[in-house]
Amino acid sequence: MQNILAIWQREMKSYFVSPVAYVVLTIFLFLCGLFFFGGLAQLVQISISQAQMGGQIPIDVPREVTSYLFRTMALILLFLVPMLTMGLFSEEKKRGTIELLLTTPVGNSQALAGKYLASLTFLVVLFAASAITILPLFVYSQPDWKPILSGYFGMFLYGAALLALGLFISTLTENQIIAVFITFGVSLVLWVIALAGEWAVGSARSIIEYLSVIGHLDDFIKGVIDTSHIIYYVTFAFVGLFLAYRSLESMRWKG
Amino acid sequence: MIEVEHVSKVYNGRRAVDDISFRVEKGEVLGFLGPNGAGKTTTMRILTCYMPSTEGTARIAGYDVFEDSIEVRRRIGYLPENPPLYMEMTVESYLDFVARIKGVRPRQRKSQVNDVIEKCNLGDVRSRITGKLSKGYKQRVGLAQALLNNPEVLILDEPTLGLDPKQIYDIRTLIKGLAENHTVILSTHILPEVSMTCNRVVIINKGKVVAMDTPDGLARQMAGAERVSLTVEGPADVVRDKLASIDGVLNVQASDPATETSTTYTVECKLGSDLRSTLAAAVVTQGWGLLDLHGVSMSLEDVFINLITKE
Ligand SMILES: Nc1ncnc2c1ncn2[C@@H]1O[C@H](COP(=O)(O)OP(=O)(O)OP(=O)(O)O)[C@@H](O)[C@H]1O
Ligand SMILES: [Mg+2]
Repeated sequence: MQNILAIWQREMKSYFVSPVAYVVLTIFLFLCGLFFFGGLAQLVQISISQAQMGGQIPIDVPREVTSYLFRTMALILLFLVPMLTMGLFSEEKKRGTIELLLTTPVGNSQALAGKYLASLTFLVVLFAASAITILPLFVYSQPDWKPILSGYFGMFLYGAALLALGLFISTLTENQIIAVFITFGVSLVLWVIALAGEWAVGSARSIIEYLSVIGHLDDFIKGVIDTSHIIYYVTFAFVGLFLAYRSLESMRWKG
Repeated sequence: MIEVEHVSKVYNGRRAVDDISFRVEKGEVLGFLGPNGAGKTTTMRILTCYMPSTEGTARIAGYDVFEDSIEVRRRIGYLPENPPLYMEMTVESYLDFVARIKGVRPRQRKSQVNDVIEKCNLGDVRSRITGKLSKGYKQRVGLAQALLNNPEVLILDEPTLGLDPKQIYDIRTLIKGLAENHTVILSTHILPEVSMTCNRVVIINKGKVVAMDTPDGLARQMAGAERVSLTVEGPADVVRDKLASIDGVLNVQASDPATETSTTYTVECKLGSDLRSTLAAAVVTQGWGLLDLHGVSMSLEDVFINLITKE
């Protein structure tokens, strides 16, 4: 436990002394803000045209805005998560500090846990910061709490899954840039696989749709918490962590 | 304390370490000597559980490095070839981090960190960023890190690499001091280091142990003979024949005349015999002038070059 805490702390410090943390935070907040206003402007357009056509359906503005925001956040995370995980192990390999980590009585699982928790903590920091863009909704209206909370919950699970994937990939290379591109590439494939699903038929279609990493987000954003989606993301994260664990083991015991 | 038995390491079909066996007793300082690429670092990485051996076993304090890796890691301090520093941390926070992951109790952490800072002369740089330190200071931080938690066994890969002469002296003194209650393996290419700090030397070349002895023993064993140098005033040919006829003398070589009337001879004697007084008596009874007489020991350098160039 002391080991996990020590490694967690070191990773957190290293995020915030390097530019990575600030770049990621800035990009994230800037894009969230941009899309928030973009989404709002679009809604205004829609409601104006609806009013002109004498439409009767009232639009739940806060709900539309938050769901739009969550969807774009998911897209932004696709780009930012690889930056959060790229250094976790590749930097240790490149600098030779892995030789310290693997020869002290730190277990592989503890090293993994410390690093993974640090990246999760950073994710929570990002979400906390993004709440700034949602707060105005509470000033001007009474949005429903539930979809916002469940949306964040879903985003957290989604982020946790991608972080585990990135963590695994950073154990494979000592080059951070390669780690970024592979993590991004694999995540992207898991994103766009949903499109492939549209051409498939029968059970192939349902399998492909099940694999898609964003398909499971929709219900959370709508305010529905469905255990099958939780299971999907938790399994995803678990597989990532397990592969990372095996990869570390093999580093130590490869012939 | 350390037992290495028939350890080999194969990298992609190349044998970097080939059937190495040796033991290190408690309190010994073992010098691991060999040219570049001999397999020193590889052997140390096996001992520190960083990588597995392809064949053979190694035990530290009775624990197998493969089977009981965690127990072994609790008992060792390791200075890798490149000091494993987190470049963005200060010296003090880095050492504190290492103390934590080595399992030093929270209460003792501060005093232990201060202790190794003092031992390795890091007081002046304790709040500097490790990434911005000079090579020698980085090396000292790496050494300080290895000493944390007072491990029974220290494994130091070229501990004096990049240090200035004063520091080399200090670190050697430190290592000698550690020998009282630690067991140390250190690798080096620097020969005086071995004769100064080590009780025993293992010389490896191309992955194989080529010699194992005390530094003095090694010098003697390699010479295969005791050598005496004499400078005698007298007729060169006659003197040489006379010296060669003495019982126990293997070979006499005359060097160029030192002065017009005297010549220096190098006499190789049978191992373990001290013929200095016999030689002196022989010269004096002939009425020649004996200007100089001293034993010559082969330097470790000679031994080393001899061993590793001999196929
Ligand atoms: N990770 C590796 N993969 C493949 N070959 C390696 C690896 N590490 C070392 N070798 C090879 O193994 C041999 C022994 O290397 P090692 O680093 O143990 O030598 P060394 O005695 O420490 O040399 P030096 O004095 O230069 O530090 C060398 O031929 C080296 O090229
Ligand atoms: Mg080496």
